Amino acid sequence: MTEIPEHLLKRAQAAREKAASQGSESSGGGDESRIPDHLLERSKAAKAGGVAVADKGGAVVAAPAGGGLPVGAGPGGHTQRLLTVVKSGSIQDVKAVPVDKVHTWPHLLSIEFVAALGCTAFVFLFSWFVNAPLLQAANFNQTPNPSKAPWYFLGLQELLTMFHPMIAGVTIPGMGLIALMFAPYLDRNPSNKPEDRKFMTSLFTVHLMFWAVLVVISSFFRGPGYNFTFPWRDGIFFEL
Amino acid sequence: MASTIEEKPRVTLKERAAKLGESLQGSQVWNSIFRPGSIFRKGYTDSPRNRSYVIMNSVLYHLHPVKVKRHAVKVSYTLCLGGLSFFLFILLTITGIFLMFFYRPTAADAWQDIQSLQTSVTFGYMVRNMHRWAAHLMVLSVFLHMARVFYHGAYKAPREFNWVVGVILLTLTLLLSFTGYLLPWDQLALWAVTVGTNMMGYSPVIGEQVRFVLLGGVEIGAETLLRWYVLHVLLFPFVTVIFLAIHFWRVRKDGGISGPL
Repeated sequence: MTEIPEHLLKRAQAAREKAASQGSESSGGGDESRIPDHLLERSKAAKAGGVAVADKGGAVVAAPAGGGLPVGAGPGGHTQRLLTVVKSGSIQDVKAVPVDKVHTWPHLLSIEFVAALGCTAFVFLFSWFVNAPLLQAANFNQTPNPSKAPWYFLGLQELLTMFHPMIAGVTIPGMGLIALMFAPYLDRNPSNKPEDRKFMTSLFTVHLMFWAVLVVISSFFRGPGYNFTFPWRDGIFFEL
Repeated sequence: MASTIEEKPRVTLKERAAKLGESLQGSQVWNSIFRPGSIFRKGYTDSPRNRSYVIMNSVLYHLHPVKVKRHAVKVSYTLCLGGLSFFLFILLTITGIFLMFFYRPTAADAWQDIQSLQTSVTFGYMVRNMHRWAAHLMVLSVFLHMARVFYHGAYKAPREFNWVVGVILLTLTLLLSFTGYLLPWDQLALWAVTVGTNMMGYSPVIGEQVRFVLLGGVEIGAETLLRWYVLHVLLFPFVTVIFLAIHFWRVRKDGGISGPL
């Protein structure tokens, strides 16, 4: 049900009380009628003359005052009832604050074009100067030392040195992925302002840094036998 | 006797070119190709109406709304990371198709094909480099895109589900990169994938089965190469495109990008 505003309820209540008191005092109620005099005059004249008055609203409202109450009239002589109040926002999308918008062309497309161009140029130039690695053909009988996973999985490989493979390779990344997916449903704070989200920001940053440190250690600080080394002492054992 | 030579104004090459261009732009063929609002159409003017038409009447651009929030075009807000991830995906598709012409996913040929691609195919080495570096860059940009979205709290209502789609896309990006890692069939590829897939074997209950299906055997071999090739060039890109479509569609349905903070 639509909620009827407080002030309308009060007004209705006042009208009802007034009507009740009027009814007990006098049935005619000519003096206290809220209908302006000139309308009353006009309706009386119309009734007397039998001429239809163009001003229908006046005629309808005036009717109870002139003759007896019409059938179905409410207290106070109202011939209408308030069924419901529909607030404007509920059926119309009222934009209280107009959104400041710009045309996608050229404002956004030009930025995207430049970004794409810059990206292509970067990849092109990088590829010009740095070659992709191609080692010896795959050989099942010769395990390189150390053998490392691609860099984005090196955090997992680093975890392997600390935990059982099932924990390091399945449980931790699985939990991480699930936690990531459910983040919007777990984070009940509706604000997106950085000052309101200090806890979430810190939590995410800690995990991100933790992961980055693992990847860096595994990439650059692990040498033959996957033992700890210093890259400036023993060189880098890392291929992209 | 003075003879007067009737001087016709000489038609310069520039004028001729302009006239030719005019008649080309006025032709039916041209008008049928470039829909109203195209900047290549005759008489294009920079009006609000044409600015809207550019977006509405283009199959490529109509991914965008006609208008966007002013703060949404701020580079400092998005850093273009989502768009760049998508652009790198396109770049990888194009370079990947090029590479497919010169590559056979068999244990006997794969490494040799890459070798000859680098040495005897025009631009072969260049395109291979671009494919590899763009792939690493895409993993990085998808990661950064996720971090950016998190720090802006952009995963909050009504964008919760789009975040979930995004996490799926991150996983797909990693899978795409990882399956591609094996294809050169060199020592780096073989042993990196060995390390990676050994971890999979430790999944509870179905670990061994999952590993068997993915490797096409108990150990990495010729079967694995074919399997990962198909996953890399067909299955994962196919699934990724579907999720990309959902991701982009939801960006618009959820009211454009988030913010301002």
